Amino acid sequence: MAEAGTAVDTTHGAHDHGHDHHEQSFVSKYIFSTDHKIIGMQYMFTGILMAIIGGYMSYAFRMQLAFPGESVPGYGVVSQGEYNALVTNHGTIMIFWVAMPVLIAAFGNFLIPLMIGADDMVFPRINRLSYQIFLISAIILIVSFFVPGGGFGGAWTAYPPLSANAEYNLTPLGSTLWLVAVALEFVAFLLGGINFITTLMNSRAPGMKMHDIPMVLWMIVIASVLFMASVGPLIAGAVMLFMDQVVGTGFFDPNRGGDPILWQHLFWFFGHPEVYVVLLPAMGIVAEIITTFSRKKLFNYKLILYTAFATGIISFFVWAHHQFVAGIDPRMANVFTITTLIISIPIAEMLFLYIATLYGGSIRLTTPMLWALAFLAEFLIGGITGIFLGASGSDIYFHDTYFVLAHFHYTFFPIAIIGFFAGLTYWFPKMFGRMMNERLGKIHFWGTIVAFNFIFIPLFVLGAAGQHRRIYNFQNFPDLAGLQDLRVLATSALVVMLVFQVIFLFNFVVSMFKGKPAGNNPWKANTLEWTTVSPPPHGNWPEGLPDCYRGPYEFSVPGREDDYWPQNVPPDTAPAE
Amino acid sequence: MTKPIATTRSATGIPTGKLAVWWVVGSEIVIFGGLLASYIMHRLGHPEWAEYASHTNPWFGGANTFILLTSSLFAVLAHHAAEQGDGKTAAKWLVGTAAGGFTFICVKAVEWSIEISHGYTITANGFWSFYYTAAGIHAVHVIAGCIIMLIIANDARKGKELQRVELIGIYWHFVDIVWIFLFPLLYIAK
Amino acid sequence: MLQGIYDFIKGIFEPLGQYLIASNVPVASSFADDIDALIALIAVFVVFWALLAYAAFFFLIFRFRDNGQRAQYVTGEEKNLKRWITYPHAAIIVCDLVIVFMAIMVWYNIKQRLPEADTTVRIVAQQWAWNFVHPGPDNELDTDDDINTFNELHVEVGTVYHYELVSKDVLHDFSVPVFRLKQDAIPGRVMKGWFEPTAAGEYDIQCAEMCGIGHGIMGARIIVETPEEHAAWMSQGNPGEFAAR
Repeated sequence: MAEAGTAVDTTHGAHDHGHDHHEQSFVSKYIFSTDHKIIGMQYMFTGILMAIIGGYMSYAFRMQLAFPGESVPGYGVVSQGEYNALVTNHGTIMIFWVAMPVLIAAFGNFLIPLMIGADDMVFPRINRLSYQIFLISAIILIVSFFVPGGGFGGAWTAYPPLSANAEYNLTPLGSTLWLVAVALEFVAFLLGGINFITTLMNSRAPGMKMHDIPMVLWMIVIASVLFMASVGPLIAGAVMLFMDQVVGTGFFDPNRGGDPILWQHLFWFFGHPEVYVVLLPAMGIVAEIITTFSRKKLFNYKLILYTAFATGIISFFVWAHHQFVAGIDPRMANVFTITTLIISIPIAEMLFLYIATLYGGSIRLTTPMLWALAFLAEFLIGGITGIFLGASGSDIYFHDTYFVLAHFHYTFFPIAIIGFFAGLTYWFPKMFGRMMNERLGKIHFWGTIVAFNFIFIPLFVLGAAGQHRRIYNFQNFPDLAGLQDLRVLATSALVVMLVFQVIFLFNFVVSMFKGKPAGNNPWKANTLEWTTVSPPPHGNWPEGLPDCYRGPYEFSVPGREDDYWPQNVPPDTAPAE
Repeated sequence: MTKPIATTRSATGIPTGKLAVWWVVGSEIVIFGGLLASYIMHRLGHPEWAEYASHTNPWFGGANTFILLTSSLFAVLAHHAAEQGDGKTAAKWLVGTAAGGFTFICVKAVEWSIEISHGYTITANGFWSFYYTAAGIHAVHVIAGCIIMLIIANDARKGKELQRVELIGIYWHFVDIVWIFLFPLLYIAK
Repeated sequence: MLQGIYDFIKGIFEPLGQYLIASNVPVASSFADDIDALIALIAVFVVFWALLAYAAFFFLIFRFRDNGQRAQYVTGEEKNLKRWITYPHAAIIVCDLVIVFMAIMVWYNIKQRLPEADTTVRIVAQQWAWNFVHPGPDNELDTDDDINTFNELHVEVGTVYHYELVSKDVLHDFSVPVFRLKQDAIPGRVMKGWFEPTAAGEYDIQCAEMCGIGHGIMGARIIVETPEEHAAWMSQGNPGEFAAR
């Protein structure tokens, strides 16, 4: 490839030079960095902050549900409009400003160059720009809560005419700011995707073939492609919705020849692939962890990759299962039932392949392993409860009930929260050069997981009892009022779960500074990130980028003394011992 | 800043910049695809839009099509020059392409002014909403393309980053192709 | 014949459906038990597979926990091991086919077909209340003896109803849990469907589509009456006023 490069300039002081001893101001080293590791951290910390905000919102609205009309400690009284804004923004934040940045942008940015043996992403300045746009989008969203009229309250799905017309939603500024924030977030991730795919495809270490790529990187890149291929129609829709809101067009106004259902199709055509956009990276993280802590290869790497591709492709054909009762042609519902049940097959197969990876292993239940295993156990429930919703007949009853809500929390919570904790506890030593405290990690794990189930199992029961979503006070419904105990139980469990996160935050912050020094490869793993210093300096391998000689999961190879065989170690010239 | 070693590698054999441009083009295809599919669905469901659409001016549309096609030709000539290593010629042709883009915008400005003065505004009805929105998003991409093109032309003039001439050309051809879809959908289908 | 197969399978799962759903939410329409049986069928299948998966999961974690042993080198392409994946894979596809069949039959009955109606009601959704237009004794809508009510719908046991669902402003959704019925209301369109009440009583109507600040106060009541009660109510004439908006 002909590259008319610029002259190498090593004295350029104003830009980031990572951890070497240039006199870098804090601002240029950490705020305006183009280093993929710093940008990854920026995404991660922003994601954690947004998770705290989103979690606070869930605290407020669940307290309102458990104790209707009473002032919520640390919030105040939750009005009807505020309730809607809280649930709307909780969902929006958790998907767009927590799950995506943490799983894709934080881990993707941090890991891709390290795991392929590169010194950075291919386009570091575009990388920085993507974070800056992302940050602006987060700020705009937060601003939307404080404008006159308050934050948007039309649900994260933002169906028009409610979302298009301020006379209906009563939040003129909030609605538009919300929409602009989401659109900017999309742009940020499209930009970020440029780096992920080009870097993974082109900048691999010499000798790293396609099937030597760690599964987490495949998953992140497939997810990026899914995102790119699905978000376009929704961006078009967002422009149309913006025009309706601000300019007064009638794209979605039936009185003006528009069609509210068009928005739904545009939204869900993206919305359904989006759930796999966040699922696949989480599955990838779990793959890295269960192989390392069972000392085993992934069970049938190629088949797992095929199921990932199959899931991605089929995900474009299932979207209208969100719209069964929305007024689509009833005959179409049958088509989407069939495709939705079809997509459950590769996902089930992927889960089985992961479980099979444990066979014949030597399993160590470290904190990251606990999180990875919990992901499988909890996501299974999310997956099977989806069948009730994908089958059109049963969806008539379950649509818009708490059953849906419990289903998607049993999928999203494993993805966004368990996946995050799994990845963070696993790669923390590499990121910060220190170990997290195992005992605190395990206490945090058990407290979170047990509490999580006590939040959402009651919600399955409530959903099956006919309780609908997005309603601020069930005392208004005589048939439902008597189930208040379940609501109080769920809320209490949420409060317990939130309290346990303090343990994590403490562990996270203190370990960063006081944790035991980690060394290069505390987990004895094979992938390339573990072959350099923890944390890696700018350029990742100052003494030279590694080559790749084998796959990423060569654990317990017969005839070798060590039970791991890093990818960068040249093959033995002498016969194996 | 110095380029990372990562940028210089090419495990697939395809230049990295090309992969990047195709990614951008891919995402834009889906955006415009969604928009145009929505328009087509509406158009099929609203026979009365044929009357609204009859007021677009195919002469303006045709002229702009010719302008864009010509500018794409200039972009091809620029690429050819860049392949030969002739940065100065490539830069000249790129400036020509950008000039075509700016002309396109000017023609559109005149066209829209006339239409608005006749009362065909963006809020007049669904057809005109789509007309201005689709052509407007397209125009934004034309303007962005022109700006990037001029930056690349400036580098090329100095003999630098000549591989980017082809890349901006790919983007420009895409912008052109979108117009090739818009033109019949908005101007011809009546 | 398809109906015969459907009835047979439904019969197997109806009791479990009763237990899972109807114990909390009464069955009050002619198709409610179809949905309950479908839910029960899916529940049996998914719980079966989940238990198998959990059994394998916990067994493997326990059996292969680190006791100092070296792990085995397994690629996952070994035929004898791959079988553990491919056989369940095939079995799941069979289960899915059964689910799809039953789901389509239930869906067809409720949403695709429109049995002949004994009478029609109009349901008007708006921010944030329900108005119901009942045909009066002449059994025709839009005549002088129509009965308009606010937030309560009166229907008669054993009568097949068509509904015309409209919205005055944004999307709403007419949802009656005891009927297992739900349909979005779309402004600019008239949504048609049917139901046949089977159990007298008073039950919740909920709005099942986010419609703004008042979405949570848009509860209404459906009053399922015996023929005598219904006749008595209808003879009162039109007492209702449309809700002010």
